[in-house]
Amino acid sequence: MQVQTELQPSAVTTSEPVIVVDRLTTGYHRQPVLEEISFAVPRGALVGVIGPNGGGKSTLFRAIIGLLKPWRGNVLIGGVPARPNPDMTYVPQTDMVDWVFPVTVWDVVMMGRYPRLGFLRRPGARDRELVEHALEQVRMQDYRHKPIGALSGGQRQRVFLARALAQEPSILLLDEPVSGVDAPTQHFIFELLEELCSEGRTALVASHDLSCVAQRFSQVLLLNRRMIGFGSPERIFTQELLNRTFDSHLLLLRYGDRVIVVETPENGSHAH
Amino acid sequence: MLIDLLLEPLRYGFLLRGLVAAMLIGIICAVIGTYVVLKGFAFIGDALAHIAFTGIVVAFLAGVVFYLGALVAAIAAGLGIGLIQRRVGLSSDTAIGILFSGVFALGIVLMSLGIKTYTVDLFSYVFGDILSVRPSDLLVIVGLGGLILLLIGLLYKEFLFVSFDPLVAEATGLPGGKLQLLLLTLLSVTVVVSVQAVGVVLVVAMLVTPSAAAYLLTDRFHRMMLLGAAFGALSALIGFYLSYYLNVPSGATIVLVASALFALVALLSPRRADLRLLVRG
Repeated sequence: MQVQTELQPSAVTTSEPVIVVDRLTTGYHRQPVLEEISFAVPRGALVGVIGPNGGGKSTLFRAIIGLLKPWRGNVLIGGVPARPNPDMTYVPQTDMVDWVFPVTVWDVVMMGRYPRLGFLRRPGARDRELVEHALEQVRMQDYRHKPIGALSGGQRQRVFLARALAQEPSILLLDEPVSGVDAPTQHFIFELLEELCSEGRTALVASHDLSCVAQRFSQVLLLNRRMIGFGSPERIFTQELLNRTFDSHLLLLRYGDRVIVVETPENGSHAH
Repeated sequence: MLIDLLLEPLRYGFLLRGLVAAMLIGIICAVIGTYVVLKGFAFIGDALAHIAFTGIVVAFLAGVVFYLGALVAAIAAGLGIGLIQRRVGLSSDTAIGILFSGVFALGIVLMSLGIKTYTVDLFSYVFGDILSVRPSDLLVIVGLGGLILLLIGLLYKEFLFVSFDPLVAEATGLPGGKLQLLLLTLLSVTVVVSVQAVGVVLVVAMLVTPSAAAYLLTDRFHRMMLLGAAFGALSALIGFYLSYYLNVPSGATIVLVASALFALVALLSPRRADLRLLVRG
């Protein structure tokens, strides 16, 4: 089958992979969500994780961060089995958080320093500098005194991204970081991610915005309980693979170096 | 003179002891209560108090120190609830309800059986009596209360992160499960040291009312904790004098003062709208 060649891990790996997922099967309550997932991510890669809701994106992130143990197969981070540690950060979708908490934007971003500080140590001048810098990176410095509950959904996402940055992680796992964010903000957040990856950090980003992923990401992982494809966007964004990922009929339009994805009329016609 | 009215009860050792104990309990309850209010643990606090009562009854019947029975029962229940929550999720209320009312009923039956041979009035633990606090009880309150405040202080940032965003706290390497169980254990200990003064039925009021009032006045976590502690101590102080001069039960009077303080704050607070958030949660 022609498609099978697309399933092989990317050959463009330039250095030792930092994340190796090898025949991973895992899930919740004896119900497998992911089956037989294998791919390897080199240092500095910006990987878009694309798939339908319920396709296992969040499950994959939890397995990589080490919150969810593999049932079969392995997840290796820098060569050792994944377990939660301050060098990795995770920005989940926001609905897990307790919004009634009396904490300000500053307090939340400072939490990113807590795992680095360790027990019994209090934040110092360097921690405050890093929080300040992280707030500037997501352009939320003017909101530092605002209670987190008073922000819009998109602003909260930026604050959680800032908390992740303050942690100084080498691996970032971001679950829909631009949902509910306006277009200009989305643009600078992706620019920020590109910059972070060019510094040698590695990022996996779940996103619904196929066009944006096609343009800016070095690699794409198509996920629908099984791995449909992994590789550079040019190789992976084919109509066939996308349709297999979303179990639907998508129309792929290439316009210069841009990729535009539309659902075909029989399924409604709004663009993604 | 007002000053004479204030000093008059303090000439008696047992009254002074009661006042100190009540104020300490007010402070400890409100500090732990900050988490109870924000995490919606009020029902758990109530359950722990009822289970602690059965521990007290069993300890009396077995002839050991009542604190031992109460601590063992409450900590076991706290850890049990923690494990249930981790497995079942937030829909554990029904399981907790079945467990604690059953255990409390068992305690009442055991008490009525035991009361034939023991003359101690175990009912004082149901409604609370700060005047029954003996010097050794005060030592226990100071010791255990100090330990609770020390741990909350030392693990302040970890408890804050884990309570606010348990998933990310754990993902970045904090021992989330252990911290949550430790917090429940501290809640269990708080309930045990408070039961004698305010009683099984009213402990939950000392856990939530002063902290909820504090919540309405600030949007910073540490200020909520400090303000709550101040409200808790103030309720104990005013409640103590009212109960002395009006000759009404001390535990209930302290709780009534806390409720009145809350009502006053709720009426005057600019953040009154936030109350809805809290009540809904």
